[in-house]
Amino acid sequence: MTLKEIVEGLGLRALTTHECEDRQVTGGYTSDLLSDVMANARPGNLWITLQIHQNIVAVARLKDLAGIVVVNGRRPDDETLRRADAERVAVLGTEDSAFRVSGRLHRLLGDS
Amino acid sequence: MAFDQGLSHRFEIKGGDFAKAGRVSLEVKEILHDLGIDPVIARRVAIVSYEAEMNVVMYATRGEMVLQLDPEAIRIVLEDEGPGIRDTEMAMREGYSTATEQMREMGFGAGMGLPNIKKNADRFELTSEVGKGTCCRIVIHLSPGGRA
Repeated sequence: MTLKEIVEGLGLRALTTHECEDRQVTGGYTSDLLSDVMANARPGNLWITLQIHQNIVAVARLKDLAGIVVVNGRRPDDETLRRADAERVAVLGTEDSAFRVSGRLHRLLGDS
Repeated sequence: MAFDQGLSHRFEIKGGDFAKAGRVSLEVKEILHDLGIDPVIARRVAIVSYEAEMNVVMYATRGEMVLQLDPEAIRIVLEDEGPGIRDTEMAMREGYSTATEQMREMGFGAGMGLPNIKKNADRFELTSEVGKGTCCRIVIHLSPGGRA
């Protein structure tokens, strides 16, 4: 499933501006621990987290993640979003909790 | 391959600079990508270089990472100046961390950094002198005999 289909399906809000909507999403990974994401997320995963500081961008790039979903209506600062745009990392926002958006993504993608 | 004769890159890492943290690992990733290194190996290198870089950012004053490539292996040597590690065996244990509350809030300090390096390296050597600094030596094989 493409990132665009997931953004539409879950009603996510795009916080970055670049086009990467054709990116295939291979699954999801929910964690607020950066080393856990480094160790266990897979390429093409959508990363669900409440972390909003700049370091999430480097982690997403290093792991070739499809994007970051920031939960609970949180919003990274402008510098982080600028950096995400520069690094071509999609950052998406939702009012949902990590539990709820993970469940909804799981329903969309199946057991990946 | 382009690095038949071996290649070496040197990077400076500043302690405490969270805003730039991860930049060196991203540069390493680009270099490996440009050289056409197998993505599975490049991903293992990304994990070890990131964890090693973050250790400098979190705990040391400064550090230097040297990335060396030859047809057999990727070698990373990271030397830092800082407080050092009193008990390296303890530091290698999953879940053990001396991170501050602020680092934990940022999602660091899960006690996974050094174990992540160990899991993804073919060879990993950690030496430290309290009050001086720490040295990480990491080897990831490129050859079929390696873990790729």
